[in-house]
Amino acid sequence: MTTSTASTPLLNAEPITEHRSPATEALRRLLKHRSAQAGLFLIGALILVAIFADLIAPYGFREVFRDGKRFEAPCVHLLGCDPAETEHLFGLDGNSRDLFSRVVYGSRLSLMIGLVTNIGAILVGALIGAVAGFAGGWWDTVLMRSMDVLMAFPSLLLAIAIVSALGPGLINALLAIAVVSIPVYARLVRASVLSVKDLEYVQASRALGASPIRLLFTRILPNAVTPVLVQGTLGIATAILDAAALSFLGLGAEKPTPEWGLMLGEERARALSNPHLLIFPGLAIMITVLAFNLLGDGLRDALDPRLKR
Amino acid sequence: MTQFIFRRLLLLVPVLFGIVLVTFVIVRSIPGDPCIAMLGERATQAKCEDFRERYGLNDNIGVQFVRYISTLATGDLQDSISQSRPVIEYLSERLPMTLEITVSAMLVATGAGLVLGLVSALYRNTLIDVGAMGLANVGVSMPVFWLGLMLAYFFAIILKGTPFQLPPGTRLSAGVSIAPLAETWGWAEEPTGWLGFAYALLSNSVVFNSLITGNVEVLIDALRHLIVPALALGTIPLAIIARMTRSSLLDVLGQDYVRTARAKGLIERLVIFRHALRNALIPIVTVIGLQMGGLLSGAVLTETVFSLPGVGTAITTAIFARDYPVVQGFTLSVALIYVIVNLVVDVSYTFLDPRIRLDA
Repeated sequence: MTTSTASTPLLNAEPITEHRSPATEALRRLLKHRSAQAGLFLIGALILVAIFADLIAPYGFREVFRDGKRFEAPCVHLLGCDPAETEHLFGLDGNSRDLFSRVVYGSRLSLMIGLVTNIGAILVGALIGAVAGFAGGWWDTVLMRSMDVLMAFPSLLLAIAIVSALGPGLINALLAIAVVSIPVYARLVRASVLSVKDLEYVQASRALGASPIRLLFTRILPNAVTPVLVQGTLGIATAILDAAALSFLGLGAEKPTPEWGLMLGEERARALSNPHLLIFPGLAIMITVLAFNLLGDGLRDALDPRLKR
Repeated sequence: MTQFIFRRLLLLVPVLFGIVLVTFVIVRSIPGDPCIAMLGERATQAKCEDFRERYGLNDNIGVQFVRYISTLATGDLQDSISQSRPVIEYLSERLPMTLEITVSAMLVATGAGLVLGLVSALYRNTLIDVGAMGLANVGVSMPVFWLGLMLAYFFAIILKGTPFQLPPGTRLSAGVSIAPLAETWGWAEEPTGWLGFAYALLSNSVVFNSLITGNVEVLIDALRHLIVPALALGTIPLAIIARMTRSSLLDVLGQDYVRTARAKGLIERLVIFRHALRNALIPIVTVIGLQMGGLLSGAVLTETVFSLPGVGTAITTAIFARDYPVVQGFTLSVALIYVIVNLVVDVSYTFLDPRIRLDA
C-alpha cells in the first residue's frame, strides 16, 4: 500500500466487483498455484500422448525389428546417429521392439490404472465410511476395525498377498491395489460425516422430513468431496507406483503388454549392461507420478480455506 | 503412562486377531495345491494324501484356523513345508537382513531429510529452498525398484575404478563370511526357545555380529553392500521428511514464543534448535513413524532388485511354492513390527510434548 492511501485505507480497499462461488474461488486459486500449474500441464501432456499414441508412436508396441539387434542403443539422427540406420529414439528392447513406441503406448495403461483403481476404491471406501459414520454403533465398530486391520499391513505386502490369492494378472493387480486403498477413503469420509451429522442444518433437514438416504447424499456427503478429491489425486500417484511394482515382481500385467513396470521387470538383468532399457520406462513412471503429486499438493492448498491469503 | 501403554496394547489384540484371520484366509485361497508345488512330478495320489494328512490340510478350514491360532498362541509359527524346519528358524535368518536395510534407510532418510528441511525453512523462498523442495517432489515420485537399479548402475559402472565404486547387490562379497556368535565365543551350544530366536537374530545380522566381534573387514564389506539399497529405499521417506520438516518448522517460526525468544536477544542458533525445532518435531516424528509401512513395503522390492536374502524375497518365493506357513508367519511378523512401531510413535509424542494427554 502506498503512503498516499495509508490514511484512508478503507476507501481504497479493493472494491468487491462480483460474487464468486467457493468452487470458482478454489479453481482460481488452483490455477494460480505453481505446482498445480506444473501438474496440470504434465497431466494434459500425458493425456494427449495417451490419446494420440497411434500417431506419436512410430511403430506398434508388438512390432519386432528382424534386422535390428536386440538391446540396441538409442539412435537419434539429430544427435549424430548414422542416417542410414533406422531411427529408434529410445533404442530396441530385448525382443527387438521399438522402446519409444512401447513407452508411448504405456501411458494409456498407467493413466487407466490410476483412475480405475481410485474410482473403485473411492466408491467402496465412501460407502463404508458413510455407513460407519452415519449409522454409528456396531456398524461403526465392525467396519472401522476391519479397516484398521487392512491398514495394519504394509500396503504393497497386502497387495502382493491378494494378487497371489487371486492369481497374477493386470485386472487382479488393479483389484488388489483398489482394496488396499479403501481404508484411507473410508476414514476420510467417516470423519467428514461425523463432523457434520449433528449440525443444525442437518437436523433442520431431518425435521423437514428428509429421508436418511437423502440426508446422507444431499446434506452430509458433499462435505467429504474436498478431502476425497485431494486424497484421490495423490492416490492416483500411489496406485501407478504400486501397479508398476506388482508388474515388476511379475504379479501384474503380462507380456507383451507395454506396461512400464513390466518393461522394467523384464529387462532388470540388463540394468548394468544396457541401462537405456530401464532409464526410459522408469522416467515415464516418475513423470506421471510427479504430475499427480504436484496437482494433489496444489489442490490441497487451493481447497483449504485456512490457507487463503 | 504405564496404564496408557497397557490400554493401547489391549487394543492391539483385536487388530492382531484380524491380521491373523486375513492372512489365513488370503493364504488359503492361493490357487494351486501345495503338494504338487512341493513334490512336483513325483506327486502321486497316495503321496499327496499322505502329505495332506501330515500337514493337516484335509481338515475343515475352521478346524485348521483354530489349530493355527492355538499353536500361534504358544509362539509357534509351525513348520515350513518347503524347508522342512520351523518357520521361526527361517525367519531368524531372513529378518535381520530386512531390519538392516530398513534401519539404514531410515537413518539416511531421517538425517538427510531433517537437514534438507531445516535448510529449506531457513532459506525459504530462495533458490536453495525451491531447489531442495523440487528435489523432494521428484524423490517421492520415483519407483523404489527403478531408483535401485539406477543407483546400482551409477555406483557399480559409472564410478568404476574410483574409490566410490560400490557393489550392485548381494549381502557380502564372494569369499567373505562370518561365523555365528556362539562359534566365535566358543559356546558349547546355542540357546533355544525365545532366547534362541533373539540370539539368532543378532547372530545372523552381519552388521551387528561383525560390530560386536570387532571383525572390521566383514563390517566394512557389509556396510559397503548396504549403502546402495539404503539410499534407494530411503529416498522416498527422505523427501517426505524434508517436506514435513520444512512446513512444520515454518509453522513454528511464526509463533509468538519464537518472536519472544528473538526479542530477548537469543542468538538465532539457539532460537532454532532449542525453541523452534523441538516444537516442530511432533509432526515430523509422526511422519517418520508412518514411513515405516512404506519402508517395509519398499524392502520387498529393494531385496528383489539387489537379490538380498530378506523377508520380502522369502515371501515372494514362498507364495510361488505354496508354502502356507511361511507366507502366513512372515506376513504376520511384518504386520506385527509395523503395528508395534506405530504404538511406539504414539507413545513418543508424550515425551516430545507434555501437553498431549494420555486419555485416548
